[in-house]
Amino acid sequence: MPQGNSMEENASSRYIQVGEECTGCGLCTFACPFGQIQITGGRAVIGEGCNLCGACVKACGQRAISITAPEKKAGESSQGEVWVFAEQHQGTIRNATYELLAKGRELADKLNTGLVAVCFGDNVVDAGSLIAHGADKVYLVESADLATNQEDYLTYEMVRLIKEHRPAVVLAAATMLGRAFIPRVAAILNTGLTADCTGLDIDPERHLLIQTRPTFGGNVMATIICPERRPQMATVRPRVFRKNPPDSGRRGEVIRVDFRKEAITAKTRLLSFIADITDKVKLEDADIIVSGGRGLGKAENFSLIAELAGVLGAAVGASRAAVDEGWIPYSHQVGQTGKTVSPRLYIACGISGAIQHLAGMQTSECIVAINNNPDAPIFQVAHYGIVGDLFQVVPLLIRKLKG
Amino acid sequence: MNIIVCIKQVPKTAQVKIDSRTNTLIRQGVESIINPFDTYALEEGVRLRERHGGKVTVISMGPPQAETALREAISLGADEAILLTDRAFAGADTWATAYTLSRAIMRLATYDLIICGRQTFDGDTGQVGPELAEMLGIPFVAYVSAIEEIRDRYLRVRRMVEEGYEVIETGLPALITVTKEINQPRLPSLRGIMKSKSAPVPAWGAKELDVDPSRVGLNGSATQVIRIFFPERTHQAEIITGSPEEQADRLVAKLREARLI
Repeated sequence: MPQGNSMEENASSRYIQVGEECTGCGLCTFACPFGQIQITGGRAVIGEGCNLCGACVKACGQRAISITAPEKKAGESSQGEVWVFAEQHQGTIRNATYELLAKGRELADKLNTGLVAVCFGDNVVDAGSLIAHGADKVYLVESADLATNQEDYLTYEMVRLIKEHRPAVVLAAATMLGRAFIPRVAAILNTGLTADCTGLDIDPERHLLIQTRPTFGGNVMATIICPERRPQMATVRPRVFRKNPPDSGRRGEVIRVDFRKEAITAKTRLLSFIADITDKVKLEDADIIVSGGRGLGKAENFSLIAELAGVLGAAVGASRAAVDEGWIPYSHQVGQTGKTVSPRLYIACGISGAIQHLAGMQTSECIVAINNNPDAPIFQVAHYGIVGDLFQVVPLLIRKLKG
Repeated sequence: MNIIVCIKQVPKTAQVKIDSRTNTLIRQGVESIINPFDTYALEEGVRLRERHGGKVTVISMGPPQAETALREAISLGADEAILLTDRAFAGADTWATAYTLSRAIMRLATYDLIICGRQTFDGDTGQVGPELAEMLGIPFVAYVSAIEEIRDRYLRVRRMVEEGYEVIETGLPALITVTKEINQPRLPSLRGIMKSKSAPVPAWGAKELDVDPSRVGLNGSATQVIRIFFPERTHQAEIITGSPEEQADRLVAKLREARLI
């Protein structure tokens, strides 16, 4: 597998130049995301670690800094690596990480560079499987302090590793953890971050990450690039990309990295964890979700949804209307104001399909809608629709699936 | 307890139209509201002030008409409002937005807590809160569903995670983003409405904030939107007909055939 060693090449061939116009004002030193510029003898001097991101070129008021790109030889790698934040929970890698590795592999191959998984935890049992799922290299940072994903530790360790290795792309799953700490990493690195992407590709000419995401509650799609600053960062909606089957023959390297706890002040402390015992299957992980809405009429009728979910091994979801009625806790709410899910199969029972609900589930692989109103908007996103009484149809489904 | 609440004015409906010529969203003629998620942040700020004293300052970056959202926030209990508005701020991504907000907050007197909604209704990123916390160098907790204890320099909250809830403690000042579980926002009071009409809403621009123009608005944005489009909805639902018995049979057969169950 080709490795991304282009930065050294870039640095040694010095494509970046500081012209006579430089006044030594120092604006570029603040602009450089990698701290590679110093003012020496009244002039900006670019360090060996420059990866030609161009942030200084834009910052310079004197137009003194220029980047000249010589012609690339065929097959020459021109990019830093593609990184995936490998999220673990209680020592086990989350499924969303494997999905990211499948997509990351594709992106790294297009960029002709390496794919790296970065994992923070304690006694992570399946770090080797990151390689089987596509990584060329794993940076594994283990410490008892990292077991619970303390976000200050993750933020500053991630920043340190990115500054040291200068990847071109950093991806993380748009889980609650990813969406909470990755923006802080981007803020420190002064770089762009695109939230909750559902599409990722590479522009073959400019070698840029093309990021597509839903916005306005899924009514509009936006395609976004981060043209100059590095790394290009994105969080990615779980379950949109499919993971590859593990290949135990894949070769790769697990590199253990020491945790530099002493350099970081943890500003928050986890006191306790209260497990949500109402769920047998977690919405975020479920292959199948059965959801109920206002059509259920009352709280007791959610038992019908739970029973269908039970025979399918599915998680129980709900529309906002059902949650607002107090029929089921908020943790089950699917939609823009609740959880975003993307299971293989989503069965919506008595849900009309308000836009805010569709925003949370329309990337599901197959959607089944059961509703007595043939004009309900849910039928516009459904693959299979049953216009009928859910109190008749759902018990029949349960009986057939049991039999 | 001095509390800052960051709000955004958003279109009332997510049913937006695209100007195919300029490839931008048409916002004209669409009614604007306070981002629904931010109303929980505002309500929590007002409740804390009612219990602990102090004041609630609400800040918004946006076009001049965002003043309406700030006045509405005053009618809902905020004490003071500041509008960050300047042509130079337009087109900001989350990084540039957080930077601009951070410069404004640094200009304010001391504060104990900053509260933001978990995400906006239009952009849906949820990034401005954590980016702002980092730029201010203060502790950050996302998805807060309850404030369990707050006192001098101490905060204990409950926050939502995938598998349940975590109880987290931190020092103050801090920044939290809140979910809709945290409270039920109130309606405007008559006194609030009266106050909102006369209250001053100062507008701060790039000059007042003393910001580097290359760090705000479109110029300061790390990301660029290169295309916006409507998602394809090509498929048509296959409606399964028949008696309830037949419908159930056929659906199960189809799902089994597709190996979905």
